Formats: sequence, C-alpha cells, structure tokens
Amino acid sequence: MTRYRNGMLRLTLGRWAAVMIGAAALGGCVQIATPDKPIEINLNINIRQEIALKLDGDAKKLIEQNGDIF
Amino acid sequence: MLKQWKPAGWAMAAIAATATFALAVPSAMAQRDPAYEAARSGGQIGEQPDGYLGFVSSPTPAVRDMVNDINIKRKAAYTSGAPAGSTVAQFAFITGCNLIAKTRPGEKYKGPDGQWLTRDAGAPVRDPNCP
Repeated sequence: MTRYRNGMLRLTLGRWAAVMIGAAALGGCVQIATPDKPIEINLNINIRQEIALKLDGDAKKLIEQNGDIF
Repeated sequence: MLKQWKPAGWAMAAIAATATFALAVPSAMAQRDPAYEAARSGGQIGEQPDGYLGFVSSPTPAVRDMVNDINIKRKAAYTSGAPAGSTVAQFAFITGCNLIAKTRPGEKYKGPDGQWLTRDAGAPVRDPNCP
C-alpha cells in the first residue's frame, strides 16, 4: 500500500511539475498580449445593465397600472 | 334572536363581497379604448423604441388626436414614474422595450433601424440596449 501511494505521489508530482511548466509558458504569452484597459470597459457595461434592469421592473409595473394608455 | 342575526351576517358578507368586487373592477377595466385597440390591430399605429406610439401611415384626424392624447398621458406617466437616478427618456425607452416585447402578432412596431415592422410569432427585433 505504502509503495503504491509513493508511486501515486511521484506521478502526481510529475504531473504537477509539467502543469507548472506549461502554465509558466502560457503565463508569459498572456502577459505579453494583454491590452491596457479591458477591465474599465466591462465595469461600464455592468453599471448600464444594472440601471436597465432596475428600470425594467418599474416599467412593467407602469404598464400594468396604466392599461388604458399602453 | 339568534335566527334573526344569521341573515344579517349573511347580508353583511354579501355587501362586503360586493364592495370588494366593485373595488377590484375599476383597475381591471382600465383597458384600451376600442378605437385605440382597432388602430393598433389594424396596423395604422405602432409602438416605437422611444416608448411612444407612432403613425405607420398618415392618420385620420380622429386617430391622430387619440394617439397625441395617449402620448401626452404616457409622457406624464414616464415623468412621474421615472425612478431617482434615471431620466424620463431612459425610463420611456425601457418601457418601450417592454411594450414592443408585448406587441401581438399583426401589430406594428418600429425596429432599431427606424423601419416599421409587423410582429410575427417570433421575438421582435429590439434595440441591443433593451434588458
């Protein structure tokens, strides 16, 4: 059992090392290609959607309560 | 004495039920005027993305007056109903998104490009900013 576990541990460590090397290589590529301001643009979209969703609930109520003009 | 009270209880319950019904009816009756409904289903008028009604074809004086009146009432509703932090135009636009979504097959609505479209069984073409 102990030997088997050691074997598993070695295998796991080997995989981990391979993944780390791969991640390091990928990390280098992504850092070079990343542009400067993508996060700010995403924030603006989220805020607009939040306002739109808030207004959406009020709009549905307005339509329900004024069935003669909508 | 007890027997005399029972009918009175029944009567009170009946009056209460009638009163509740009478109160519920006016809100349910706040529906479209038949002339408005006819102009919509007839394709003479349609919903615009800005939350107001528009003329698909040149209207009769009666239809024109009716639509102008409804649009004035809509503007008042948007003005009084716009939540803090939003403009009347924003609230009208979001309501317009809902109104276009609620159009029935055969009714007209204005697409994001300004063209009048006829609602079919599928989803309407709406502005990408609609929620």
